Amino acid sequence: MDVYTFLIQVLNGLQYGLLLFLVASGLTMIFGIMGIINLAHGSFYMIGAYLAWAFAAATGSLFSAILLGLVVSTLIGVILEWTVFRRLYHRDHLYQVLLTFGLIMIFEELRSMTFGDDVHSVAIPAVFSAAIPLTDTLSYPVYRLVISATCLVVAMLIYWLIQHTRLGMMIRAGASNREMVQVLGIDIKLVYTLVFALGLALAAFAGMIAAPISTVYPNMGGQILIISFVVVVVGGIGSVKGTLLAALMIGMADTFGKIVLPQIASMSAYLLMAAVLLWRPRGLFAVGGR
Amino acid sequence: MNHSLLEARGIHTYYGASHILRGIDFTVRRGETVGLMGRNGMGKTTLLKTLMGVVPSHKGEIRINGHVTTRSQPCRIARHGVAYVPEGRGIFPNLSVRENLVMAARPGVGGRRDWTFERALKTFPRLGERLGHGGGQLSGGEQQMLTIGRALMTNPDLLILDEATEGLAPIICREIWTVIGAIRDTGIATIIVDKNFRAISSITDRNVILVKGNVVFEGDREALRSQPEVLKNFLGV
Repeated sequence: MDVYTFLIQVLNGLQYGLLLFLVASGLTMIFGIMGIINLAHGSFYMIGAYLAWAFAAATGSLFSAILLGLVVSTLIGVILEWTVFRRLYHRDHLYQVLLTFGLIMIFEELRSMTFGDDVHSVAIPAVFSAAIPLTDTLSYPVYRLVISATCLVVAMLIYWLIQHTRLGMMIRAGASNREMVQVLGIDIKLVYTLVFALGLALAAFAGMIAAPISTVYPNMGGQILIISFVVVVVGGIGSVKGTLLAALMIGMADTFGKIVLPQIASMSAYLLMAAVLLWRPRGLFAVGGR
Repeated sequence: MNHSLLEARGIHTYYGASHILRGIDFTVRRGETVGLMGRNGMGKTTLLKTLMGVVPSHKGEIRINGHVTTRSQPCRIARHGVAYVPEGRGIFPNLSVRENLVMAARPGVGGRRDWTFERALKTFPRLGERLGHGGGQLSGGEQQMLTIGRALMTNPDLLILDEATEGLAPIICREIWTVIGAIRDTGIATIIVDKNFRAISSITDRNVILVKGNVVFEGDREALRSQPEVLKNFLGV
């Protein structure tokens, strides 16, 4: 493997890992703070991609499509929390798994009824459609770099929100002692609604920015859900920092696995998970149990 | 109609099938310090939790600052001017001392902003030396100061202290009692539950004794001292 091929694969691994982080960070926050296992989280990746495709077709611009898509997916998140998830907080994980599995099927059916079962593609915005030439035959698409940079900015925003804002303090306090937060006069239900909608909006956002490179197809949420759970477990359930590190590791393992050992490429992420869990059974950054 | 800050009438509370509070009447006037006494298991903590909305009452009515709060969420009740320091303190170990204080800050009823971050640190200078520490790294006494400081950051009209000095060294207890006295002098009403009968009765305006979910005695320090049989029978002092 020459140095340019290596560089391209590093960038691909980075981009895939950062995208995984957007999906997995919401998953880990919703589990770490509210104790909810949300199998329907991947559906929002799919919903985001379809919204990007539909709105881009309607408005002719991916940027407007992403803005509209964020509004719609956040609204869906708020409504879902109010109507469905709020009833699950005090229930057993089995109920959560059953109900959110049902939601996956409902979302897929709604997607099929609304958008059909065809595969669609979304055009890369003209400003980012160029590729940076590396050698005579190799080049790297600008849009993939834009995805990585966008994800990094979002990751920093999440870090700032959780570590340096009062809302972030309330979120962390709520993860440690929900009742105490309430008796201090803070509406924990509102905090939960916000965290939930934010987590789902992140997954949808990942689907939107990935749409131009991954195409838009039925059941695309299922694949990302499984690998996101791997990321969450490797990172340590509830830890956003661990999720970032784990997402990058899984992104690299998956990308290089396809090149170095193509025979076992589909296993590489799971082998990494097994290795990490043998070393640290609660993941890289285990958070205190709830 | 009257000057009660908190008024509870005919409160009945159950834990599952057990009938814990059996028709309690309980009032706190503005600026008044009330000692709530009784042996273990007589319903003191349950009464506080019922007033705070953490545990629902099955019968009766609670009014705080003129609002009926019998069915309100704890966060609504807190916003009517009540700050609750529970038994076991309830600090957030995963937040720093500074964050524990800052996250709770808000103006009180009517927009009062008497208590600020700076004033909380002035009241508890030790916390100022520990601002960057995690809440879990503090000693028991410091944790207690942090919970009281955090409660004051909500600018309450009524401060509820459940076993504030439990498990603390005598010298730390004295420090806490001094601060509680200073807080009382600023005009904040308090409900104090504590095992230390002497410390509590030297600071309170009125004392209420619970036995098996009923109020069996209500009176000031003098009334309490003049009836040693009350102390002996109901408190074992």
